[in-house]
Amino acid sequence: MASKAEFLKSVPYFSPMSPAELEQIGSLFFEKRCQRDEIILLEEELAEALYIVVSGVVKIFKTSADGKEQILAIIRPGESFNEVPMFDGGLNPASAQAMGQVLLYGLGKDELDYVLKNYPQLASRVIKVMAGRMRHLVLLVEDLSFRQVIGRVARILLENAGDGAGPSPQLTQRDMAAMAGTVREVVSRSLKTLEEEGAIKMDRHRIIILDKKILQKIVGPFFETKVTDRG
Amino acid sequence: MMKPQIDLGKCDGCGLCIGVCTRHNLVLVDGVVAFVEVIECDWCTICEAVCPRGAISCPFDIVILE
Repeated sequence: MASKAEFLKSVPYFSPMSPAELEQIGSLFFEKRCQRDEIILLEEELAEALYIVVSGVVKIFKTSADGKEQILAIIRPGESFNEVPMFDGGLNPASAQAMGQVLLYGLGKDELDYVLKNYPQLASRVIKVMAGRMRHLVLLVEDLSFRQVIGRVARILLENAGDGAGPSPQLTQRDMAAMAGTVREVVSRSLKTLEEEGAIKMDRHRIIILDKKILQKIVGPFFETKVTDRG
Repeated sequence: MMKPQIDLGKCDGCGLCIGVCTRHNLVLVDGVVAFVEVIECDWCTICEAVCPRGAISCPFDIVILE
């Protein structure tokens, strides 16, 4: 395992720093180990630290009142999370969960303030990372709020369905996201919603269309011109 | 038996998928990921979601039940 300083060199925030600076900054981080499925942060709780993933994967998500989960981001090694409450002093805006064994480096509020005060050049790196994060979230908000992505997913299912007898195209959720012009997280949510509405059933590697009419209704009137006679 | 497809040309052996597989069906062999079905894959597709290089695919057959 690389030292903290060596690892931090690979993190976008800290890549321009000198080895001596990285040594000093590294000493401010604490280590946190998490087991699979362990909740690292809970939405609406007091924020304790900004975290950087050293190894493993962390899921950032929000849960609705009726228990539906929306993944906001997948955080991989070298990436950070929970900056927002560390900068605005608010509560955790989302929850975080370990998707396997995870090692994190955490930086508390006082330590973060110290780093930013003593290494002001880091601020521009922080802004760049936060801007990229905001760009992703704006796309997610747009898809979840304004665009009928579920209709496009329903159309993709209808247009690519086989009768089970012969070969039919196989599509990953990534493929469907590219076809629908959205992100994978939204496709995943759309499929769950379609399953809850009884239109489809997810059966391991098969998506079984149980009720074509429900899908056609979700797609809307424009659907008729293209796929009416199929299946 | 359907199994996740691994593009060896894209896989850089980072091992993130190995850590997230709840069935422990993925291992590192000669620096790239290989699928060894210990417990039947439940097609959760988390391996596909976490792969930063798009090297793992969990394709779905879409069929109409009539």
